[in-house]
Amino acid sequence: MSSDAAIAVEAPARPQVGAPARALAWLRRNGIRIYVGCAIAYLLLPIAVIILFSFNEPTGRYNLTWGGFSADAWLHAFSITGLTEALVNSLKLAALSSIAATVLGTGMALALVRHRFFGRRVANLLVILPMTSPEIVVGSALLSFFLITGVALGFQTLALAHIMFSIGFAAIVVRSRLVSFDRSLEDAAADLGAGPLTTFRLITLPLIAPAIGGAIFLCFVISLDDFVVSNFNSGTTLTFPLYVFGASQRGIPVQVNVIATMLFAGTLLVGLLAVLFSRRRRRAQEGAELEPRA
Amino acid sequence: MIRRRLTGYALVLPGAVWLAIFFVVPMYLMWRLSLNSGSVETGFHFSWDWANYHEAFTLYDTQFFRSFYYAAIATLIALAVAYPLAYGIAFHGGRFKHLLLLLVLAPFLTTYLIRTLAWETILNDQSPAVHLLNDLGLISGGRVLGTTGAVIAGITYNFLPFMVLPVFASLETIDRRYVEAAQDLYASPRTAFWRIVVPLSAPGIVAGSLLTFIPAVGDYINANFLGGPNNRMIGNVVQGLYLTERNYPMAASLSFVLMALITVVVTIYLRLAGSRALTGDDLSELG
Repeated sequence: MSSDAAIAVEAPARPQVGAPARALAWLRRNGIRIYVGCAIAYLLLPIAVIILFSFNEPTGRYNLTWGGFSADAWLHAFSITGLTEALVNSLKLAALSSIAATVLGTGMALALVRHRFFGRRVANLLVILPMTSPEIVVGSALLSFFLITGVALGFQTLALAHIMFSIGFAAIVVRSRLVSFDRSLEDAAADLGAGPLTTFRLITLPLIAPAIGGAIFLCFVISLDDFVVSNFNSGTTLTFPLYVFGASQRGIPVQVNVIATMLFAGTLLVGLLAVLFSRRRRRAQEGAELEPRA
Repeated sequence: MIRRRLTGYALVLPGAVWLAIFFVVPMYLMWRLSLNSGSVETGFHFSWDWANYHEAFTLYDTQFFRSFYYAAIATLIALAVAYPLAYGIAFHGGRFKHLLLLLVLAPFLTTYLIRTLAWETILNDQSPAVHLLNDLGLISGGRVLGTTGAVIAGITYNFLPFMVLPVFASLETIDRRYVEAAQDLYASPRTAFWRIVVPLSAPGIVAGSLLTFIPAVGDYINANFLGGPNNRMIGNVVQGLYLTERNYPMAASLSFVLMALITVVVTIYLRLAGSRALTGDDLSELG
């Protein structure tokens, strides 16, 4: 932003030049913005296709070529029983695993940032390893575990697995917030006679609340999107991505695109609200000069 | 002091035990499973049967090589695409920074599988995009789907946000005064970029490369939907052996070899990059 201002001040001082040179100068100044626009358009292109094809009237069993406009699938979004069941499973699984993983991950983050204990390095490694292993290894190892221990595959094994691979993400989000806020606030509360629990409830928890919310959201989205680990450990239970995978072999109903669009719009709305909320909150904090770090 | 230490354990143990039971123990059991012999019909028994590991390297060396090759190319392309994007958002995003970042993440809000199916829609033989490419003579053979290029493009697209985010995070932390100082000392914008910005963003580049490369090696969705029979990656083999053929010991050994090879490659890479980007507290900058 400061560089923009500098350019704006500089520009009139330049000697007058011809139109091509000016166009070149404009391109040089705005090239990076044009690139950002194009790259984001590329990232969003498949999403546009998903939404567009939710209005398709496919000619065959596959919703891959455009056959004409129809709002039919939107009007009968939940008319395919198997698909609706899979969606409900996915939402239940995401709600359960995101909350459980955030509770466990927040505990780990608090311990890793605020406490010194034997085994800290091991705990750090445990947080990072599942995230940095390829999903297929995580998924196949878990399946081996369930096969050998004789645990029946189904919703319960999906929940165990989703909580496991979400803990690390929750821990990292909460930890990044814990290391960035001023610890003297906690010390001040302790000096004023607050016990550890009171300090946590009145100072720490409100300060990390946005990160906890962010962690739940992140884990929810990751669980909703997971295919690979679920593919290995679901048994006959279907989640939304698993339904889509099964359907892709015999023909995908347009309702899949409708539900994908709904999930996209829903999670995007939550994300947008979070961005707006954090911006307002930051402004309020800057106004109150509560936090020296922006 | 002791009470404080106990609080630390009380906080860390539930999560740590969960990860130990459902990540560490399964890894060990998968290794044991890989040394089993027998079949689904006769039952499996542990027998120190190392033959699976021999077969892993003799029967499936092509798929292993292909996986690492595809992942490496996709990581390089992702870096080339993501760096200017992250740079533009960090240095020229202004008040739209957070919105732009949200748009970069937007693909994660649609199901991975459906995103890949959308590329199948875009790249299938009847699609206008493919007709255009054909008319321009940019593709030989008339098809995009079922080619190596399609698989690598799919992998690149699907893991691109993993590259953008860490690079953006490290660009954000660069003190702009360094860049101004370089320009005050008569460095051209180009020199300032290559000598100041790029080296200071190295941790982000290292982290982004790993976050892209590691899931890319094990991926089988892109090869499944966008590739042909000659594009099968090791992930496709492991999935097939586990879930269709139920040759668990063979599948387990392949999965284990995959993990070991990735660990070796990542260790060498981190040595060469000389970075602490993926250990301990430095990861906090990804959050």
